[in-house]
Amino acid sequence: MKVRVKFSKYGAVRFIGHLDVMRYFQKAIRRAGIDVAYSGGFSPHQIMSFAAPLSVGYTSEGEYFDIEVNNYTGKEDFLRRLQTAMVEGIDVLDVMPLLSGEGNAMASVAAASYLVSFRDESVLPVFWQEELVKFYSQPVISVRKETKKGEREINLKEGIYEMEIRPGIPKKGQEQVPEKEIYLLLNASSGGNIKPSFVVDVFFKTISYELPSFALQVHRLDTMQDMGSKEKRKLVPLIWEK
Amino acid sequence: MRKLALGDEILMQVEKPARYIGNEVNAVMKEKEQVDIRFAMCFPDVYEIGMSHLGIQIIYDMFNQFEDVWCERVYSPWVDLDQIMRRGQIPLFALESQEPVKIFDFLGITIQYEMCYTNILQILDLSQIPLLSKDREWGDPIVIGGGPCSYNPEPICDFFDLFYIGEAETRYRELFDLYKNCRKENDSRKDFLIKASRIPGIYVPSLYEVHYKEDGTIKERVILEDGAPETIVKELVTDISNTYYPEKPLVPFLKVTQDRVVLEIQRGCIRGCRFCQAGQLYRPVRERSLEMLKNCAVAMLKNTGHEEISLSSLSSSDYTWLPELLDFLIEKCGEQKVNISLPSLRIDAFSLDVMNKIQDVKKSSLTFAPEAGSQRLRDVINKGLTKEVILDGARMAFEGGWTRVKLYFMLGLPTETEEDIEGIAALCNQIAAVFYETVPKEKRTGRVQIVASTSFFIPKPFTPFQWASQCTKEEFLHKAYLTRNAISGQLNQKSIKYNWHEADVSVLEGIMARGDRRLNEVIFQAYKKGCLYDAWSEYYKNDVWFDTFSECGIDPAFYFARQRTDDEIFPWDFIDCGVTKSFLLKEWRKAKEGQITSNCKIQCQGCGAARFQTGICMERTAEKK
Repeated sequence: MKVRVKFSKYGAVRFIGHLDVMRYFQKAIRRAGIDVAYSGGFSPHQIMSFAAPLSVGYTSEGEYFDIEVNNYTGKEDFLRRLQTAMVEGIDVLDVMPLLSGEGNAMASVAAASYLVSFRDESVLPVFWQEELVKFYSQPVISVRKETKKGEREINLKEGIYEMEIRPGIPKKGQEQVPEKEIYLLLNASSGGNIKPSFVVDVFFKTISYELPSFALQVHRLDTMQDMGSKEKRKLVPLIWEK
Repeated sequence: MRKLALGDEILMQVEKPARYIGNEVNAVMKEKEQVDIRFAMCFPDVYEIGMSHLGIQIIYDMFNQFEDVWCERVYSPWVDLDQIMRRGQIPLFALESQEPVKIFDFLGITIQYEMCYTNILQILDLSQIPLLSKDREWGDPIVIGGGPCSYNPEPICDFFDLFYIGEAETRYRELFDLYKNCRKENDSRKDFLIKASRIPGIYVPSLYEVHYKEDGTIKERVILEDGAPETIVKELVTDISNTYYPEKPLVPFLKVTQDRVVLEIQRGCIRGCRFCQAGQLYRPVRERSLEMLKNCAVAMLKNTGHEEISLSSLSSSDYTWLPELLDFLIEKCGEQKVNISLPSLRIDAFSLDVMNKIQDVKKSSLTFAPEAGSQRLRDVINKGLTKEVILDGARMAFEGGWTRVKLYFMLGLPTETEEDIEGIAALCNQIAAVFYETVPKEKRTGRVQIVASTSFFIPKPFTPFQWASQCTKEEFLHKAYLTRNAISGQLNQKSIKYNWHEADVSVLEGIMARGDRRLNEVIFQAYKKGCLYDAWSEYYKNDVWFDTFSECGIDPAFYFARQRTDDEIFPWDFIDCGVTKSFLLKEWRKAKEGQITSNCKIQCQGCGAARFQTGICMERTAEKK
């Protein structure tokens, strides 16, 4: 049986890269004594699929992976066991058994929501908030983007599903609550993934302001799948009310 | 939540920031107000290397079991962070608390290889601790060295306040109690060091002076402080099955060199290969009980979640209960999908059978370490491995489906001739021939692959070859050239790949290994000129090192190229590792005559280690009775 696990990442562990987080969970699942399924062959490995990788330095409260288990002992027992094997900065938030036919975490990802704040808000140009509203209200945001096939022109607006300024909220492991932060809902599908830092960089470039290096703090709120139709998107978190 | 010592803007611009954040599974956090002693345990190389070291895991676990001690870890910042810390004057910090090392009570540095000496200075420098022991004050940590290189501590003795000679399990509690007492009594730093010198195994270099003869060799060692011992006897664990072993080893986030459970099955080695320092330093052989190892293996796998377990020892095939241990592990690990890796196994029917059970034959290669190409030279080095045994092992392996063989040799061994070197090529060729004889054409999936690697022989203290001369760089390279030529002249040369080690760094290692106090200045100056990470070939600056030797007026050849006379006083003679100098001298003479010495299991050779009254020496006495 396949189960989907939701976890958070905050504090020092935000500097652990995606591959190392995968290795960490493989070992954690063994420590937790979860009856996990292994692939056959001479070097058996856990059958695991991670949703959208999180960049090094980002925090998150909406990370997911799927894992095949031989024996699912129920939500409460599973969460308790796995949480006992965690380090500070990674919490297991939720678990849900998947039905056959429900696609794996990686393939399901359609979008992700973020909060972007500034390490030092005082360096920003005074009118940045008004400018941001103007920026997002453009019907087309044309930018050049590096892709695997080389640089090409894209309409960034198509990949930004929502963008607004919100008052800052406290987050685990963050020392200061920012005054303002930018909420972003972005395309995170394998074909059209948009990085939040890219959007913010493009915005500040359009108002001719050079952001200092490492100015941004990015927090992922959730990772979502699209349960709507071709005509109308319906974004739902990867663990959802069935 | 812990506050990290480095800001985001730094961590985001260095390679692998996970090296510097701590917080690994099984890392120990304590309340600093509730401990008396803060100990920073350092491996002076990059995190991935240091985290793979078993000794630190043992010490970390042991110290943190002491309620009044909090032991944390420190590794060398990589070159990118090194530059940032220097520019910003950011003090080096310990991983757990992220607090500066300079506020700690102790900085312990394990010294595993000579080429880390400049990294020791980097650690001190970045920690903002005076580099020289004589410049330190009570507010600075006590800097203590240990590990194999501390058996000749003289080339780096100016940088350390004290050295712990031998195995850490035995005397640290005493040292900590003394330290606490000295602090309470308001003793001076010097008082503490003097008192510490009376604890067995502790060497305080500042309490001695060395005088030299005109020819540069040692005339005498003078004790400057009454009561400081003349010789330092190494410390060792006598009951190896009832001692500290980390059941909850640290599990790093990063993929480190040793990403597995390490089970040390025994200490010491019965073999007595004459080039091998570890084989002499850790005598006598002490085997851990089967029961202890079973319990440790189960606990460590459970507490780490590792997918692999590796047995560790100098010669695992000599462990008495190896079949029983492997049966147990194969069963346990099979259930839990854990891989077993078995380094340092002798290739014979038993080990091939085991390897067949536990690993994918197609992927793995077999390793032989004949060390020398001819039987004559193998007798000189007392490597009890004959051509027949090697060819036999290879034949069985080929029958079992293996097609890859690795062979390790040394070049520049004492008495080596061109014939011995040609023997390396001939042996490789014969192994390939065995493959073509054993495996019928229709069963071959391709060519047999034989990889021969040579390292350059470096004489080490406390070995029978401590009197021997070491080759120059040019001689080494010529020997590698001869080996390559000899291999390309073989019938099966297309099946043989040949690799050799760098020669210049082997010369420097040789100088440091048998160096004396006068090298402190060279290391200090080389570090000041930017030498760092000398064990990493991309950072090794051979020219800077040898320029520094001449600027310091020191002739490197004195240290490496010179054959010592039988009666020379060595810089490390004041350390007693159990094996006597007269035994080593006897072995040196036998070596030159090509006479072999049998191993401890067959017959006691009277090396001197029996005085520790433990391990194989006691089994032998029991037999006699």
